[in-house]
Amino acid sequence: MDFLIQRLPLYLDGAWVTVQLTLGGSALAFVLAMFFGTMGTIRHWLPRAVATVYVEVFRGIAALVLMFWMAFALPQLSGFQLDDRFAAILALGLNVGAYGAEVVRSSINAVPRAQVEAAVALNFSWSQRMRLVVLPQAWAQMLPTFGNLVIELMKATAVVFLIGVVDLTAVAQQMRQSTGETVIAFVGAFVLYYLIAQVLILGMRLLERRANRKLGRTSPGGAGPLALLRPPAVDTRTGAGK
Amino acid sequence: MYWDFEWTFQVMPDLLRGLGVTVQVTVFGYLIALSLGLLIAVVRRTPVVGAVLHAAMEFIRTTPLVIQLVFVFLLAPSTVSGMTVGIIVIGVHYAAYTAEVYRSGIEGVAKGQWEAARALSLPSHRTWGAIVLPQAIRKVIPALGNYLIAMFKDTPLLIAIGVAELLTQAQRIGSASFRVVEAYTVVGFLFLLVSVPSAILIRRLERRYAAV
Repeated sequence: MDFLIQRLPLYLDGAWVTVQLTLGGSALAFVLAMFFGTMGTIRHWLPRAVATVYVEVFRGIAALVLMFWMAFALPQLSGFQLDDRFAAILALGLNVGAYGAEVVRSSINAVPRAQVEAAVALNFSWSQRMRLVVLPQAWAQMLPTFGNLVIELMKATAVVFLIGVVDLTAVAQQMRQSTGETVIAFVGAFVLYYLIAQVLILGMRLLERRANRKLGRTSPGGAGPLALLRPPAVDTRTGAGK
Repeated sequence: MYWDFEWTFQVMPDLLRGLGVTVQVTVFGYLIALSLGLLIAVVRRTPVVGAVLHAAMEFIRTTPLVIQLVFVFLLAPSTVSGMTVGIIVIGVHYAAYTAEVYRSGIEGVAKGQWEAARALSLPSHRTWGAIVLPQAIRKVIPALGNYLIAMFKDTPLLIAIGVAELLTQAQRIGSASFRVVEAYTVVGFLFLLVSVPSAILIRRLERRYAAV
């Protein structure tokens, strides 16, 4: 125990990098997911095709392969060296964004047709229809899966030590090398990862509740602070986030 | 910077050997995930053991696979190969997911089916084997298929424990000859070559089983 307490600052530094990568990657993934997901619901074939290509390409290539490509191949190709952390965020964001785009697309398509028809009947423009009617309802539907994706993204950040970023996993390995204590060195990292995941789950659940409240619904998990502690839902339908 | 086709052709056999390792890990790992996940899903219904299993699975699901791989690899005796460690760790990691899939399938089986089995006083292994699981598993086949693709895309993580899979091979070849652009781009294409057709296949499966 002393071992970990003494070295806590080092672990926290690593954890902070992990959190930064998670937040940066999530922000990028979110923007890409909303953009390409909405694009996938447009009736004209061209934007739909562009969205499909984005989704299939960046979902089909493993995040780590993308990351290696950004970190090692891109500098040779363009002569421009990305910062390692930035390359990591870019690869994670592009990869998870592709999963997210599918979630956004299917959530928008799942909004009852009558809602869209009513908006058309009221002579709403496309952007009014999206902003005022469709997206608020689709949003509540997206959030649970987004929650899973954020956790998956956080877990995927652990590979960045392979391109030289010193994150929580890298710290655990350094600790092990300098002390020879494999179990304790790694337990410290495992616990921190678990805690980060729990905070993310809680945050996403709060967002979910807010979205449902705004639509005048109760969250599937029920109301009250205790409902926030229910175990995280695993998306069994799609295996999303992988 | 130009693309060296000749070089690309030369290293293709090495890369394809890497792909072979990747496929092996995926297949064996998936067999573990399928069988262990089913076992967990059934055992989870018992009171105390179930709660312990549930907590363990949540822990596995919320911590990164790569650090689990490195951790187990370091603790494993040196006689155990990285590939064996990789197969087992990936298999167990994904079992934590497939167990949830099976659980949703089992919970989706109508209550009347259980009651009918009871009414016929079927022994519990017959209830599970002949009534519940055939119905439960049929429904979750597409979801299980998704995890196969997911697992395939997680095999590059084995580079962390030095297994000669696709990405590791590309790194070795690429850095030896300074042709990393070709090496990593080909790896990307090989991934697409496998995952896009399998995604299409899963979508077909989904459509076929959705009606049931």
